Amino acid sequence: MSVEHASTRIIEAYARGATGLPDDEVWAVEAHLEVCPVCRDRLSAAVTTGVPAVASLVDTVWSGLEPQVAVATTPPRRRRPAWLSRWATPAMVPWLAMAAAVTLAALLLDLLGGSPRPGSGEVSPVLVLAPVLPVLGVAASWARGLDPAYELTASVPRAGLQLVLRRTVAVLAVVVPALLVGGWATGVTVALWLLPCLAFTSATLALGGVIGVTRAAVSLVVVWAAVIVAPTLAEGRTTVALRTDGLPVWGLILALGLGVVIARRGAYSVLGAHR
Amino acid sequence: MTIGKDHRMSTVSAADIAPTAYAWEIRADGLKVKVGKKRMAVDGLDLSLGTGVHGLLGPNGAGKTTLIRALATVLRPTGGTLELLGESVGGRGEHRALRRRIGYLPQEFGYYKRFTVREFVEYMAWLKEVPKADIPAAVQRAVERVGLADRADERMKTLSGGMVRRAGIAQAIVNDPTVLLLDEPTAGLDPAQRVRFRQLLQELGTDTCVVVSTHLVEDVAAACTDVVLFAEGRLVFQGTPDELAAAGGPEHVGDSPLERGYAALLQGSAGERGAW
Repeated sequence: MSVEHASTRIIEAYARGATGLPDDEVWAVEAHLEVCPVCRDRLSAAVTTGVPAVASLVDTVWSGLEPQVAVATTPPRRRRPAWLSRWATPAMVPWLAMAAAVTLAALLLDLLGGSPRPGSGEVSPVLVLAPVLPVLGVAASWARGLDPAYELTASVPRAGLQLVLRRTVAVLAVVVPALLVGGWATGVTVALWLLPCLAFTSATLALGGVIGVTRAAVSLVVVWAAVIVAPTLAEGRTTVALRTDGLPVWGLILALGLGVVIARRGAYSVLGAHR
Repeated sequence: MTIGKDHRMSTVSAADIAPTAYAWEIRADGLKVKVGKKRMAVDGLDLSLGTGVHGLLGPNGAGKTTLIRALATVLRPTGGTLELLGESVGGRGEHRALRRRIGYLPQEFGYYKRFTVREFVEYMAWLKEVPKADIPAAVQRAVERVGLADRADERMKTLSGGMVRRAGIAQAIVNDPTVLLLDEPTAGLDPAQRVRFRQLLQELGTDTCVVVSTHLVEDVAAACTDVVLFAEGRLVFQGTPDELAAAGGPEHVGDSPLERGYAALLQGSAGERGAW
């Protein structure tokens, strides 16, 4: 945006007490000075060089004020950067830490128990955990029982799709790197765990907008236990859902979930979704 | 010369001097709000509220909290129409522009214990989309108005119940709302704080539509320009505190004229249900 600045002639005349300036120019320059730091600086320079009487008066006032300004307490340094709370609520932090810890613990157990050879059919903990970890994170960002400020959050203008995306990004920013380390250490292809992980995330959000996040998270954990954990335990090897054949299905779930979240973008700005 | 974006900042914005396109800040017509599957907590409410302090009185379970939630747009009406600042509320919209002009203090007001008062109010200001450059000043002003300036950098969990409530009021007014909704704001305040709070209410009521839900009749007498009596989801009475007092006679129960008026008006609607 381009803005006209006051001319040097007007600034200097104003510094000398506006003598010789027509009233309309005085009004205009004052209105402009209120909003323009650039011209305030120029005015200050004009006063310092051109009008020593005013400059010394300003200095006197400043020296009188300085003791008071020095006494005024400076706010203590922030304990946490402000940007952090814009992405993750304090209520999410313990859950995210837990998600990362669980992944790393599972990985450690797996590595201690003998490193699996890729393609041997042995079960990787990363594959089993990938879908369920973000579900917990999403629940922690929205559920009434876990986020004390849920009602305030639901009532603000920023509630809705934007906040949903921010908090989900925060969850994934913790979960995905943890899984990435795990996947790399156990030799699992990224797509094999990333797609189920994202599909479960979008499904939690989509379902949460309809029946409430808590119920959505509980039902998805049940689905996870039934579709992934139970068959894995029964067969003793990676279940079909987590092999390459399952990828199109996960992709479909992800797309559907995203579609529902976008179509019902207002869902998180009413109380229903926080149940 | 580089031109900063500060030029957009001005003391009076176009929105401040634009004429309003509505007659009432809050207007409900046959409003119905359902709670849960069956219960209609607000059942056919007609209400028009303008600038001023409106005390929302009613017995427990009358639907006050549900009504305030509907006004805060966190519950969507099931039927009827609700217009806030001329904008119709309902459907799936996010109402972002409208919400920027609403301040809301819920009854069960949750907060993050580890935040300091300033961090909490700043966070709420950010959520309310207060322009970034204005946030520090707006936060300081809100905190000073509720008298928490000296505790602003202490954590929320070190505050007493009354101070937490005041922090809640600070977050509600941080965006200079046109419609301010306070659900039981005086709970947990001691008598002296209550007097200060009523002064703040009167001050806010000069240019804001303030809706205060309360069950304390004396709050209404001291601070409200207008009383809305509400029972079983319906409007029972709307008028000035004096008119409420005039409705009661010596035969009605109560220790003050207002209480007798309250009892008189509730008779025949919800008053007799149950001994309390």
